[in-house]
Parts: sequence; structure tokens; C-alpha cells
Amino acid sequence: MNKMQGATLLKYKNFRYLKATSALILVAITAYALINPAGGESYGGTWLGYTLGTLSTLIMLLLMWYGVTKRRITGAPDRRDARRQSAPAGQERRKPHTKSRGMNGATLQEWLSAHVYLGASLVVLVTLHTGFHFGLNVHTLAYALMLLVITSGLYGLSVYLNYPRLITLNMGEETLEDLMLKINELDELARTRALGLPDEINSLIAKVRNETRIGGTLLQQLSGKQYNCPTSFGVEQLRILSEKYNRGEQPKIMRDLYSLLLRKEKLVLRARTEVMLKARMECWLYLHAPLGIALLAALTAHIVSIFFYW
Amino acid sequence: MTSEKFKIVIVGSGPGGLSAAARAAEHGISHLLLEAAPQLANTIHHFQKGKSVMAEPSVLPLRSSISFGAGIREHILNTWHNELGGLGVNFRVSSAVTAITGEAGAFEITLASGVSVSAEFVVLAIGVQGNIRKLAVPGEDLPGVQYHLDDPEAFRDETIVVVGGGDAGVENALALSAQNRVILINRQEEFSNCKEANFDQLMAAISQGKIETRVSTLTERIEASNTGNFKLSYLAQTPEGHEQIECHRVIARLGAKPPRQLVESFGVAFPNGDSTSVPQLTEQYESNLPGLYIVGALAGYPLIKQAMNQGYEVIEYILGNPVEPADEALLKQKFAGVPDIHSVSEGIALLRINQPLLAPLTTLQLREFMLDSSVRIPSRGEIIFSRNDYSNSFFSILEGRVAVQTEDQNGNEAVFALGAGNFFGEMGLLSGRRRSGTVVASENCILVETPRRSMLKLLYSAAGVQRKLDEVSLKRAVSGCLDTSLPESELSYLVQGAQPRRYAVGDVLFSEGDKADGLYMIRRGSVTVSRIVAGKEVVLAYVSAGNYVGEMALMSSQPRSATVRAASPTEVVLLESVRVAEVLGRNTSMRRKVDSRYLEQVRSDEHALSSESSELINFLMGQGVGEATDVLLIDYARCIRCNNCETSCADAHDGTSRLDREAGSTFAQIHVPTSCRHCEHPHCMKDCPPDAIHRSVNGEVFISDNCIGCGNCQTNCPYGVIQMAVKQDYQKRSIWQVMLGLNPAAKPAAADAPELPKIAVKCDMCKDIIGGPVCVRACPTGAAFRVSPENFMEYVK
Repeated sequence: MNKMQGATLLKYKNFRYLKATSALILVAITAYALINPAGGESYGGTWLGYTLGTLSTLIMLLLMWYGVTKRRITGAPDRRDARRQSAPAGQERRKPHTKSRGMNGATLQEWLSAHVYLGASLVVLVTLHTGFHFGLNVHTLAYALMLLVITSGLYGLSVYLNYPRLITLNMGEETLEDLMLKINELDELARTRALGLPDEINSLIAKVRNETRIGGTLLQQLSGKQYNCPTSFGVEQLRILSEKYNRGEQPKIMRDLYSLLLRKEKLVLRARTEVMLKARMECWLYLHAPLGIALLAALTAHIVSIFFYW
Repeated sequence: MTSEKFKIVIVGSGPGGLSAAARAAEHGISHLLLEAAPQLANTIHHFQKGKSVMAEPSVLPLRSSISFGAGIREHILNTWHNELGGLGVNFRVSSAVTAITGEAGAFEITLASGVSVSAEFVVLAIGVQGNIRKLAVPGEDLPGVQYHLDDPEAFRDETIVVVGGGDAGVENALALSAQNRVILINRQEEFSNCKEANFDQLMAAISQGKIETRVSTLTERIEASNTGNFKLSYLAQTPEGHEQIECHRVIARLGAKPPRQLVESFGVAFPNGDSTSVPQLTEQYESNLPGLYIVGALAGYPLIKQAMNQGYEVIEYILGNPVEPADEALLKQKFAGVPDIHSVSEGIALLRINQPLLAPLTTLQLREFMLDSSVRIPSRGEIIFSRNDYSNSFFSILEGRVAVQTEDQNGNEAVFALGAGNFFGEMGLLSGRRRSGTVVASENCILVETPRRSMLKLLYSAAGVQRKLDEVSLKRAVSGCLDTSLPESELSYLVQGAQPRRYAVGDVLFSEGDKADGLYMIRRGSVTVSRIVAGKEVVLAYVSAGNYVGEMALMSSQPRSATVRAASPTEVVLLESVRVAEVLGRNTSMRRKVDSRYLEQVRSDEHALSSESSELINFLMGQGVGEATDVLLIDYARCIRCNNCETSCADAHDGTSRLDREAGSTFAQIHVPTSCRHCEHPHCMKDCPPDAIHRSVNGEVFISDNCIGCGNCQTNCPYGVIQMAVKQDYQKRSIWQVMLGLNPAAKPAAADAPELPKIAVKCDMCKDIIGGPVCVRACPTGAAFRVSPENFMEYVK
């Protein structure tokens, strides 16, 4: 393609956050191996355990802060504004075009790139922190929740990387509303065209019009399918029925109807694909975010209870 | 037939005419105010209901016998109505003037009704709105037939015939269709005369059955009717035959006849054919016809307050009363810091003597020029502007010297000094691009800085200024473009016989295979260079203002090797082949420069673009990227359609997003959303009465607070990126509200709160926000990015 496509999330700033997290993980694994916690006696209770736990907690909080940043990226007004306006025209000072100024000046893309790598790194960091001890308790619950959050996040990453292109390929310049308008138009055309034909055809067209669903239940949205889709059914039926209605004007009208329904079927498929892609791109967030909150609760319980053990 | 005699006849009852009539009435002079429309102040009458009228420029004091301040349309009209009654103004409505003959002391003014009146003096205050075109069929003036629409909400459950397929007609039809049955009549076969956004909405409304249309249809007549509730019968000739539509109302939107032709028929001279030029007037607003005075928008002063002041002043001038113009105090302030200047007239005289460029101007024009300009007295070494700044004001040197540091195509620096009587800054003004050099003040420097719009207005209305400016600026452009070390004599030689040429978008400058006719220097706009490869046109390069094309054929003495097309409205200067060849022969340094560029071109042509990139360039040019300085693009292969760009834009700008992500075109996964392109020559700036649209040093085109909400910029923008919006009391969410998912509590609106005025809103590239454009920063996947012409080709390759 072309350079219009800058770096993706993963490649951002020449893999800056991949490098950073890899280094972090490497250090953690080396430390774990060197300090060798004597045959699995290492709980979080050792100094290495505490360090890994604290670090992981801080990372988690930073990850959750992404949600806030996303909604508050706007940033501060330029305070030099007042001064610049009072200066005579032409004497305005050049505004330095620095791309990022610390955490607050970073772009959301940078945040998300860091979010992805740091989030994935928790799998290693926290596992080391557990010292491979698991049980039926709040500690392991927090660990399990964390894995769920990360898994949903990885799913999200994969759809973010792959689906946008598919959406454009499917829709071109059109929007879902455009498609719905066209579908309604075809329905109306088919309805009027079928008026001169017997009831059997009219009721078939009515069924196609009234029972075809785009969207619908969550399952239908995610699959992009409607079980026994009435439009496809209608197309099939028209083909069969065209042998029956073959007198006078009928064959021509049947052909017209057939082509109208075929066009509709194509549009319906595209509309469903659009709904499906969008639904798949959004659905995981409904797990990712609430599970994140649940994780925060479990983590709090984990930390509080640790201090009771002390 | 003896006609009525008056001392002063005032034509047109807009703010200028009303103010003049009021002053005449106050003096007790015999006068007559003529208005073509059935009511006084017709244009303001036709503002939308409840529209707030603003009183810009706020620094200018009002001097008139009637009052005026910012307020709601209704209030202003009421006040005027009462005050005019009180003064005993003698007026006649529905009296269009068709001819003015005679001379000072004995003018004959003929009205449309055939009646004529005579006057010693005439004041023309007819504005530029023009006469509304009527249907010109029987029944055109029946009750229920109207030529404007104040308030679409006022009609409900009616059958309305809208005539006219232009923007006004389509917009009216769309607005009315929510609550009425609307039939839209178009004389043409297609709705090709309206803006794309209107067209799309219209097509949607038609397919939803909200609007019915008749195309290739001519109105035949309108008759009063008694059928049911319908009051009118509308009869038309359609391609299928005659059709009769029973309706409640006919709204015809057929545009207006511009007044220039009429004014010229009176004998008033305009300096040139340009549509923006205004008649030349004396300091007392007198035209080339002694005794005939022109005030208001027709004279080039489009604001209400200016027109009212002039209406007052013109009566005083006619009576021979000395009166200090309303702007005297303002001008005095401008010259305040200049040593040895004690009065405005001294200042104006200094300007005339020390700046030969301005010599052809009348005193009135010079005063107007100074009113918009500012005097700057920089200290030694102060930078006036820097290379690559985006400022576009124009500087005249009154006293002292400045040093200009420029750089040519190959990065060779050159410094030259300019003294009093010279000017600089014309390149940025003409090309709309970044400054090509840095200017530093030397000792005792006094400069006059003039904003872009005032300077352009001046160029259009004073041909002499344009000619002088062209002579000098052309040489400078040639020198900057080809070789800064070229001596003055060679420059003059090259410029002699140079032909200025203009091209519209898509026009061909020259085609592959043509005989070489010279070197094309691009002064404004941009071009694409393309070649036919395997039967397809492939774009090789994009060349912007300040560069030249056409050297390949010149150097190789072969026919043109490529086709060059204008990518945006483009102005070039064609330097003759023969002269260029001669000068090249005499100047080895220039020869070397052009040679090296030639070789570079040959090399880069070998790396021709892939056909996909070439198509992408064509697509982007079609989207107006060719005239953009900074445009938002979205890589749809990365865009997760979260609309965070829009949401954060709205959050950063008082709750109104300045971009529409989903609207706009897409090609090969590159999407051009509906958002400002920050054009080199912004269309929105063209006709802004209070001059509220500016370009900042960094290139952002923005609307300042003195916007009066007239909507001209919205109409003029070909990309539909300007909206009219109410300035909201917008509250950002606090951190806690964001974390808890809450929204700020809305302030309860006061029951008697006045309706807030709508003002124009557009992208300002977040010029006042640290970190730059929020739309780009808020994109989680980095799909949104901005490109400018300088880095545009790199992106596409």
C-alpha cells in the first residue's frame, strides 16, 4: 500500500512499548531464576514477590486510567493564548509543535500501544508473583479475573487490527442507513410490482418484507445471520413458483420480482455483515471493562487480606 | 408632463438610505426615499425571524439621526419605524427605479410605474443584494405567492409549491417538508445547481417520499382558486404536458439580478470588470457623475453601521456642511505613534508621498486602507515575520529600511535591503502559502501593515495599484523561483513579455507531445504532472505555488514529455522560451540550477508512482486536497469507527464537533471526512462582512469572536465544513464524573432567556490547545492524521 498508513498500535514508535515491556519481563524472569525461591516456597511474601505485586498493581491502575484518558484527551487550553492575542498582529510567537509533553501530551494511540503491551506483560509478572501457587481463594480469583480481562483484551486487539479494513471493503462509502433506505425502496417496489399477481406471491413478498431482520438478537448480530432468512427463502421460492405462473404478463413480472429480491438479498447480506463486524468490534468491551472493575475489587480484597496474614 | 421636484432623492431604503433620509428630514430639506420592495429596510425584513443583528465594527462610533445597536431583527425594525415616523421621512415603497438621467441640479428619476421625479442630488444606496427575480408569469403577485421564506415553522399541513432548483429552493423545500406536502419545481432536468450536501439531502427526501419533484418544468401561470382549502392553482408545462397543482402557497426562489448593470446604465463608472470592484468615489462619496452619490454596500461598505454613518455624512456633504468623518478619531489613533505627524490628513499625505504604490488611490480609499491597517514602528533587529510563517498581511515601508532574507529552490540564501517607498509580503498574499523569506527591521523603520482582505479589496477596486504591485512582485517571484543572484536587468528582460494565465481546476496547462512554449512559474494554486503509461494517465508529481514546471522540454528542446493540469484554481506566469534560453545562455549560475533540477526530474520520473498511488492522488485532488494546507484524513483500514475524534472535538470546542467522521468520501481505505481543509485561499474568507475569518501564523484558518452569524462562509465553503451553531454554556466533565460515568448537571434554562444568536463554527485545528489537533490525538489506533501539501507526496508514494 502506501505510507498513508502510519505505524500500527503494535509497531508504534518502532515498537517502543514492546521493547520496554520485554525488558521488564526479562528482568523479572532473571530475578526470579537467580533468587530461586527454594522449591516453590516463594509466595508473594518474599521481597521479590512484594516488588512484583506492587509493580503489577501500579501497572493495572495505569491500564485502567486509559479509560479516563480516552474521555479526557482534549487537554489544557494554551495559556499563552491571552498574551498572544494582546500582541500586535504579526508579532505572534511561534507555537512550538512538540508532539508529546509527558503523560498528558501523549496521543491516545501511544496510550493504547502501551496499554496493550503492559497488559500482556502482566501474564508473566503476576504469574511470577504467584510463585505458581493456586487455590480456591480470593487471590486466585483475582488472578483468574486478570487472565479473563487480558484474554478479552487480546481478542479486542485482534478485531481492532483486522476488522476496520473489512468494514470499508463491505460498505465502501455507504452507511448502514443508506443500505436500509435502499432495502425499503426495493421492498416497496416489489410490493407494487406484485399487486397484479395472485395472493400466494403477494403474501410471499409480504413475508420477505415483514420478517427479514437486520441486527436482531445478540447472537444474530454476532453471527451476521438470520436462521431461515426470509429473503433468501423468498428468492428460492420465486424461482420455484416461476414455473407455475407463466401466463400472459406473469413471467415478466416474476422475473422483475426475482431480480428485485436478489438485489435485496445482496443488500441484506451487506447490512448484516456491517452489523456483525461492528458488533464483534464492540462486544468484547462489555466484558473487558466490567471484568476490569471486578478485578479491581478482587485485587483490593487480595491486598487487604494479605495485610491480615502479616 | 411635469414631474415632482425634490432637492434630494435617495434610492434604496437599507440602513444607508434610511439614515440619509432621516438626516434630510431632520434638516427639513425636501427629499424622497424610494424603495423597490413593498416595505422599508427590505433586506433586514427578510432576515430569519428572531435573528439577532450585530453591530460590527464595534470600535466605530455610530452617527445617524436614527439609532442602531445589536439586537433582535424585530426590535431594530420597530425602533426605526417609530423614529422615521417621528422625523417625518417622505418615502415611497414599491417604487423601483429603472433609469436615472440628467445631471447635477436636474436629475430625472424614472420609476417602474412610468412616473418620474426630478431631483438636484441623488443618493444611491441600493446595496448589493439586487432585485429579487420574480416568476414573470400571470399571477406572480397573488397573495400566497412569495419570494422568500422567513420561518419554515410558520407553515403546517399545507401543500406548498417551491419553484427553483438552486440551493435556496432546495433548502426551503427541505425545511418545509417536515410539516407540509412539498412539490419542488425545477426548470432544469437535474438538480445540478445546488451544493452536494443539499443534493444528498434532497435525494434522500425524495426517496423517502417527503418531497415530490417536477423537473424540466416551466411555470405557466398562477390563479386564485376555491377548490377545498386551496387558495391557489399552480399551472405548469411539464415534459408530459400541462399540469395543474392545487396548493396553499407558492414559494419561488429564483435568485437576484445583480445591481451593477443597473448602476452602470445610470452612467456610473467602475474601475474594472471584476465582480468585486466598487465604483470610484470622492472623499465625499460622489461618483464620476457630479451630484450622484453612492453609499453603503454598493460603495464597498457592507456593514450596517458604516452604511448608516455614510448616509448621515452624505447629506451633510451635499448641504456643504463640513463634517468630520466618523472614523477620524480612529485614524488619529493609528498615526499617534508616528513622529512629526499631528493630524490625520498629514498622515494620509505622508502615505501618499512615501508609498508610490498607493498614489492612484483617492483620499476616501486611503482612509479606508488606513482604517484596516496598522502602523508599526519596530525596533532595530526586530523580526517582522519569519520564513515559513503563515501570516499573509502586506507591508508598506513608510520610512527606514528592512532586510529581506530569502532562500531559493536549492537552499541558496540571499539578503537584500528595501527602503522607504517599497513594500513586501506580497508573495504570501498572492500565493496563500507560507512566507518565503524572513524580514528584519533596520533603524528608524516605520511600516504600515495591511490585512489580506483589505489588500485584495484594494487590488480589485484600484487597477493602478494592481499593475504596480504586479511589476515588482513578478520580478521578485522570478528571482526567488529561478535564481536569486540574477541581476535586475536580466529579471526585467525575462519579465517583459511574460504572460499571466489563470486555470480552473482540471484545466490543462500543456499536454504531453505539445511544442514547448516556455517556462510556467506557478504563482498561486498547484498542479499535477502526469504521463500516459500503458493507456492510463499516471500522476508523476504534484507541484505547488512558488515552483516552476515546463523546464524539461525547454532544456531538451523536445516536445512536452508530460501533461500538466491545475489541481486547484491556479495562476501562472508564462516566461517566453526565447528569453529564458537567452538568459540561461548568459548566466551560468542559473543554467546550473535549472540543469540540476532537470536531472533530478529525470531521475524521479524513473521512479514513477504505482497506478494505485496515482489514482489516490487523483481522488484526493478531487476532494480539494490540492488547495488544502492541512487536511484531516482517516486511514479506514485502521479506523475502529469509535467516533472518538468527533466526541473529543466537541469536548474541546464547547460541545459542537467541527468534523463529521462518517460523511465524506473514501478511496482505497483512505477516507476524507467532512472537516476543514484550511485552504490556501479560503473560500470562507471571500465574503465575510465583519472580516471575522483569519489565518494564524501557523496556518490555521479560524473564525474570531466578531462573527455576525450571516452564514456567508457556510454558503461559500465548497466542502460543507462550516456550521451555524448557538454558543453553548458547555461544561466539561470532571475527572470524577468521567470515572463514575456521570454527566455534568445541566443548568436550568431561564424561562425568559433570550434566544442566543447562531454564529459560524469551524475547525481551528485546536490552535489554542496544547498538543495540537484533538481529533488526531484522540484517535486510539492512529488512523486519523493530517497532511499538508509539503509532505503530501511523501505520504502517497
